[in-house]
Amino acid sequence: MIWQLDIMFLVLVVISAIASVNVKDLLSSAILLGAYSFLMCLLWIEMGAVDVAFTEAAVGAGISTAFFIGFIFQTTRRTKD
Amino acid sequence: MKERYPDVTIETVCRLLIPPIQLFGLYVIAHGHYSPGGGFQGGCILGASFIMMFIAYDIGEVKRRMREKLNTILCATGVLIYAGIGILCLVLGANYLDYGILHQILPAYPAKARALGTFGIEIGVGITVMSVMISIFLNIGTAGEHEGEPE
Repeated sequence: MIWQLDIMFLVLVVISAIASVNVKDLLSSAILLGAYSFLMCLLWIEMGAVDVAFTEAAVGAGISTAFFIGFIFQTTRRTKD
Repeated sequence: MKERYPDVTIETVCRLLIPPIQLFGLYVIAHGHYSPGGGFQGGCILGASFIMMFIAYDIGEVKRRMREKLNTILCATGVLIYAGIGILCLVLGANYLDYGILHQILPAYPAKARALGTFGIEIGVGITVMSVMISIFLNIGTAGEHEGEPE
């Protein structure tokens, strides 16, 4: 366990989480959430939980980002009312 | 559903990438009890390859490769494999999912039978997760309004 890497990944995770909540565009938010998932996966690997990291990479960064983008394509740019 | 924009770069890259992705998914399922991975992760990777095909081509290509009826049948087959192996252990006189007892019907000693039983469970979980992922993405990608079977 390398504590410098640990601190770096934690700071990046917090930054991408806050950015994905605060950004205006929905597509950017979904991509930032994918980046958050991937950094979480690196954090799990760094802590030695390789199986959890594999699940996070397959589900969090792969499938759920595709699901979010599929949902966003069903929305419209401006509200109807 | 938006109309399709054919792009030769995306189509070629996906045509080259999808078979290795599916092979890697099968490897993750089959090698799950020696290394990180297993049925859930391998099923997710197999489902992601079909989602990639959906993004690169269109919904007709996915439904030509994996029919809607076949997808539903596979979804139930995985659960049947999981529950069937468990019930088989019950019938042979052990607890539910106690694979060691399977050495009575498999040509293997109990430890090997336990590994083979786990492998069967992983296959069932992988099939179900793959077809559920494809089904969810087909439904949200077209807002549940995709047309019937292609000719």
